Amino acid sequence: MAGIIAVQALPTLLIAVPVAGASVLLAVGRFLPHRLVDGLAVATTAVNIVLAVLLWQATGNGQVVTWAGGWQPRPHLVVGIVLVADRTGTGLALLIAVLAGCALLFSWRYFNSVHAHYQALVLLFSAGMTGFVLTGDLFDMFVFFELMGAAGYALAGFKIEEAESVQGGLTFGVLNSLGAYLCLSGIGLLYARTGALGLPQLSTALSGHGMDPLVLAAFVLICTGWLVKAAAVPFHFWLADAHAVAPSPVCVLFSGVMAPLGVYGVARVYWVVFHGVVPDAAMHRAMLVLGVVTAALGAVMCLTQRHIKRLLAYSTIAHIGLFLLGIAALNALGVAGTSVYLAGHAAVKGALFLLTGLLLSRYGSVDELGLYGRARQHRVAGCAFVLAALALAGLPPFGTGLGKGLIDDAGGSPLLTALSVAVSALTGGAALRVALRVYFGLGRRPHPDTTAAEEITGQDEQPDLRPPHDRTPISMIAAIAILLAGGLATGLAPGFATAIGRAAATFVDQHGYVARALSAERLPSQVPPPVAWTTSGVLLGLLATALAIGVAVAGLYGRVPGWLRAPIKRPLSGLHELHSGHVGDYAAWLVLGSAALAGLLIV
Amino acid sequence: MTVFAYGVAAWLVLIGIFGVVRSHNLIHTVICVSIAQSGTYVLLLTIGYQRGAVAPIFGSSTPKGTPVVDPVVQAMTLTDIVVSATVTALLLALVIQVAKRHGTIEPDELRTLRG
Repeated sequence: MAGIIAVQALPTLLIAVPVAGASVLLAVGRFLPHRLVDGLAVATTAVNIVLAVLLWQATGNGQVVTWAGGWQPRPHLVVGIVLVADRTGTGLALLIAVLAGCALLFSWRYFNSVHAHYQALVLLFSAGMTGFVLTGDLFDMFVFFELMGAAGYALAGFKIEEAESVQGGLTFGVLNSLGAYLCLSGIGLLYARTGALGLPQLSTALSGHGMDPLVLAAFVLICTGWLVKAAAVPFHFWLADAHAVAPSPVCVLFSGVMAPLGVYGVARVYWVVFHGVVPDAAMHRAMLVLGVVTAALGAVMCLTQRHIKRLLAYSTIAHIGLFLLGIAALNALGVAGTSVYLAGHAAVKGALFLLTGLLLSRYGSVDELGLYGRARQHRVAGCAFVLAALALAGLPPFGTGLGKGLIDDAGGSPLLTALSVAVSALTGGAALRVALRVYFGLGRRPHPDTTAAEEITGQDEQPDLRPPHDRTPISMIAAIAILLAGGLATGLAPGFATAIGRAAATFVDQHGYVARALSAERLPSQVPPPVAWTTSGVLLGLLATALAIGVAVAGLYGRVPGWLRAPIKRPLSGLHELHSGHVGDYAAWLVLGSAALAGLLIV
Repeated sequence: MTVFAYGVAAWLVLIGIFGVVRSHNLIHTVICVSIAQSGTYVLLLTIGYQRGAVAPIFGSSTPKGTPVVDPVVQAMTLTDIVVSATVTALLLALVIQVAKRHGTIEPDELRTLRG
């Protein structure tokens, strides 16, 4: 098949196929039977999976470079828009296609009252994300960022009959748009300085020019845009709202790839364009501080939620912090760790969101306390939830455990390792607590009066899906099983870790990227970092899992001792009050975060 | 003159964000978002501006070699305007739904999502 399709056409097709599928669905979806609509949507993602696998084979250790319309820069001609697919980008494209497939499979035959809008939006959303990871042009990154943004806002606010849903969609839209415009301003400033928009051309131009305040301002603004998407603290406020209100299958995409793509954007722009221009120490400091704060705040907020989808959303924020710590190492090992972790996390978190979606469709609630012991008859789902929660904590041999071990190795600091173990234990423990309480009825029976007016409980959520059948549809089970198996495969599959190591070495090779993109020259490939399970990684994974079980048991049976109650109550309620749900407050935090990022890079 | 244009661009972006922060009406919020975006149009056009240059359309009245303004930023601005139209329309549609479901478009009174 690779012979029939020119290799250079693959990146373009990966973006064009879902757009075409979405257009067909929008045009004729209302006249087609529902099964055909769902079948077309799933088939489109299946085509993309095949294309991504073909592209993965074609990339080898280098990049597949496609100049749109053959407009390649040559003497007296500087314009040209380029797609540069390396293995990191292609792997992400594959992940996007797989997750979109699982999301569509899970929602098979549902949302059918609405003219195939849902399926078309999911396809457009995945097209935007795929474009973002394959393009080698900074302005195109912005355009694809906005495409996935617009589709994402619509998907978050999809249940328009629900008050929370539209509000969450609006907050998401306003915050991400402001981030995008700051990013575009940065792109404009960089163009003003260099006259280039392509990442390889920018790299060449800046390496001759060096650092100045304008370049730094551009870097801060561009990073602000990507970090808003990544939901790094203090740009994170929209994420929990958007996840809490979006349909559960959409959360799989939001949590699994959309937010992590922000981290990818920062890493890509840094390594191709700004590596060697922005001092290593400054970049390391900025990523380290952002990562630590994001991980810590996400973990604390995760532990203190009872709305299950919000709990999972805050755990995503905590794990984004760990991704940032992997990037902060500024070496190939850190990137490899983040890549493995990203893939493993996407699978495990996706399974957790889908299981929550099942709960919602059965019981019309995602309130942990309200659902106490109500799902006892769903033992299999309960076991899957427990397994996924332990995998979230880093249980070997899941990919999350492997990724975390590699990030710890790359960080090379016992303090960072302790933080990563603590964050894994807290977030995994919170998810485990939910599973034990809801599916197994463990823990003390919650008092009826625990429904505090100040908290979001998730008691009166509208089910995403139609009223439940007697039996869970096979398509839903299949989607969850695929995701859990994927989580295992990222840790166990022979060759996966080695391939990720080589992809990471290519990712951080600035000269190789530029040479391949501009002159089709293939430099000798870099030595890949050792990517494999280590004894310390396995032990730390087991430690985090054991701690997670402890956290869950403490959450179920423990009482906060009286003397400790007052000192932790005030900071906690203050922290919750910061998440005020007010879009203006969140915009103010965005500006403050941008200024703080600039400060971290300058000091 | 150019410095003034850059100043206007920065002002528009910042005042737009400030408007979102201080807003008491979601329609006002959405308009402030598009004002912030207008700042990016001004910025992009200013970057490509050249004194005495004409529009980048070559033909009988504009022979080869005439100084023209940078067409790349103009193309970027056009793309940006399309993005703006989409996003503003989508956000306004969401505001209409907020008004229907919550009965208010005062952000201070929307308290269903917090913590």
